Amino acid sequence: MFNLTTFRELLTAALWTGLLAGLLLTAVQQIQVIPTLLQAEMYEEQAAANANADNSHEQHEWQPKNGWERTFFTAVANIALGVGFALLLGAIMCLRGRPDSWRIGLLWGLAGYITFFVAPSLGLPPEVPGTTAAELTDRQSWWLITVVDTGFGLSLLAFAKTKTYQFFGVVLLAAPHLISAPQPEVHSSAAPAELAQSFITATVFANAVFWLALGGLMGQFYQKKL
Amino acid sequence: MPSTPVLLDNAQKIPLNPPLSKGEAEGRGIAYKIFPALLAGMLGLALLYTAGFSDIAPLHNTAHDGRHSASFPCH
Repeated sequence: MFNLTTFRELLTAALWTGLLAGLLLTAVQQIQVIPTLLQAEMYEEQAAANANADNSHEQHEWQPKNGWERTFFTAVANIALGVGFALLLGAIMCLRGRPDSWRIGLLWGLAGYITFFVAPSLGLPPEVPGTTAAELTDRQSWWLITVVDTGFGLSLLAFAKTKTYQFFGVVLLAAPHLISAPQPEVHSSAAPAELAQSFITATVFANAVFWLALGGLMGQFYQKKL
Repeated sequence: MPSTPVLLDNAQKIPLNPPLSKGEAEGRGIAYKIFPALLAGMLGLALLYTAGFSDIAPLHNTAHDGRHSASFPCH
């Protein structure tokens, strides 16, 4: 009933892909993502000190120390996200047919980038710490709906055989942006606007590299056997 | 008439593996595609939830920078 070899091949490919893409992401993040984030955190701490209020729950809990420890744990998280995304890519490749080469994998990676990063970021742009935002659960719900919706929309657009279904795909792609993302009542940020903009640019680049690596590597490691 | 094409033609007509019955093909689809994909998908979602969404403080703090970078809604 259950073919263990098929699953083992998928799992092995996903583990290697997630490990390598996660490490690559960690390296790319050091260029601009992490420096911008740390800078924004300084503004956040300053604002908190000025307000003389401790409104962060994190300060009482364990958190990695800045420096190598923080980078190490970020790498662990990136690898976990990488393996998670690679397993999803592998699951879809297993259903739709394993890729012929890493080039087909790149296309899957592009689809993942649009689904998991571009679409949700259009409504909820990547934010530096210290930015006011709507209720967390509302944002998480919108994020999840947008991702599922975009995934379905893209697959209809790519694989549907009739124009009607393809049109339905376009409607699905647009829908979450017509019902706009949850916004805070008042927008404010401890960090200056240029820093927030720089963070968006940095994450757009870093995630593109991450997703193309995920897709390409998964295409290579989970290739169709001749 | 050259005899080679005729020989090739005959060779192609001999099936290497007997064709699968409909039920066998379906069973293979489930064992080779559906179940492995389902299991991989569930494992992937569990990992993504733990690293990207769980609000348990140590997990959140470990993945904090990764979540901001991936544009996951974070605190």
